[in-house]
Amino acid sequence: MSESGPVPGEDDLHAYVDGRLDPARRAQVVARLRVDADAAARVEAYRRQNQALHGLFDPVLDDPLPGPVRASLSGARRRTWSAARAAAVAWFVLAPLVGWFGREWFVDEPAAQVTVLPRDAVLAHAVYTPEVLHPVEVDAEREEHLVQWLSKRLQTPLRVPDFGAFGYGLMGGRLLPGADGPAAQFMYQDAQGTRLTLYVSVRQADTGQTAFRFTEQDGVTVLYWIDGRLGYALSGPLTRSYLLTIAEAAYHQLGL
Amino acid sequence: MPLDDLEEQIPSLRRYALALVRDRVRADDLVQDTLERALRKFSLWRRGSNLRTWLFAIMHNLFMNQLRRERTAAETSLTEGAPELSVAPSDEHALDVRDLVAALDQLPVEYREVVLLVGLEELSYREVARALGIPLGTVMSRLSRGRERLRTALAGDTGPQLRRVK
Repeated sequence: MSESGPVPGEDDLHAYVDGRLDPARRAQVVARLRVDADAAARVEAYRRQNQALHGLFDPVLDDPLPGPVRASLSGARRRTWSAARAAAVAWFVLAPLVGWFGREWFVDEPAAQVTVLPRDAVLAHAVYTPEVLHPVEVDAEREEHLVQWLSKRLQTPLRVPDFGAFGYGLMGGRLLPGADGPAAQFMYQDAQGTRLTLYVSVRQADTGQTAFRFTEQDGVTVLYWIDGRLGYALSGPLTRSYLLTIAEAAYHQLGL
Repeated sequence: MPLDDLEEQIPSLRRYALALVRDRVRADDLVQDTLERALRKFSLWRRGSNLRTWLFAIMHNLFMNQLRRERTAAETSLTEGAPELSVAPSDEHALDVRDLVAALDQLPVEYREVVLLVGLEELSYREVARALGIPLGTVMSRLSRGRERLRTALAGDTGPQLRRVK
């Protein structure tokens, strides 16, 4: 702050502490500090404040970024090179709002089918995620076989999304009875042992798309949507926003 | 890639948020909200303008909204219940550092923001003015008052006496 008046003022003292003076002005401030003990004491105190702030808060700079931050960034990266970027952004910003605030707007949808999906998914999640010995029927080492087998049983080509970017690795999957026939469950786990499941069911009729919907039960958040004949539900003990970020990855990878 | 530039700023946003709210969970929530809003509005950010200032402006607005909500919800202090930062008493300044935390908490938010953006994040005064949406003169007066309050608090005085000389 070098409003180059003859006598360095209060602002100059701060600018001196913060290293924001040009050399000429700095020299004037130094000259003042020699004769003004009060100003010198204050400058020294302010300088120590800055040092102490750095000493106190700089360590956080080296902390690994929080999971949700990493997830948001990698989600954004994918979006930027997605051809349907604009559409996807709009979809993901609006979908949760529509899903949450506009639930009653969708009364004309096949309500029974829409409510059965998250119920079955959360039930399957609750039954199999605590399983220690046999959480999955076919483990991820035989991923190709798993996908072929479940695709055959569901009579639909399935894909298994990769959630590695979020720290979740595929454990495997299993075949389940669903309301309309066979259903599939894929299970994922992170380093802390938190498990996510993606439940896929085939429905008898193609009823188009629905928005993303959330529901919660016993600490498990379920995000579900229907696309054509397939119903998807992603379940896990995560916040809605984080689960949505992961679902976004699934959405892209499933090529919807 | 602009996203890389954005990612580069996150540690600094975290540091500022932590110093501002003094609670790791709340600080990281603030960072996350800032990031999400920044990603949504990324198309509005003009290339060539200062990304860092823009991000701090977003965080400031979110934080102010949050404070307003909290103040209307209940007249609770911002730092109430905030867990203490663990400060390793490694040198003779350790006590000073602990006092600084307490003094920061006592500082009105308007002063705290300016003191931290200048002293910790090393933004220029003009950048601070832009990030907080206040005139440059206001930045300088808040900086001056904020630092002076910290100084008297750290000197263990209640009045504006001179700092004890060691």
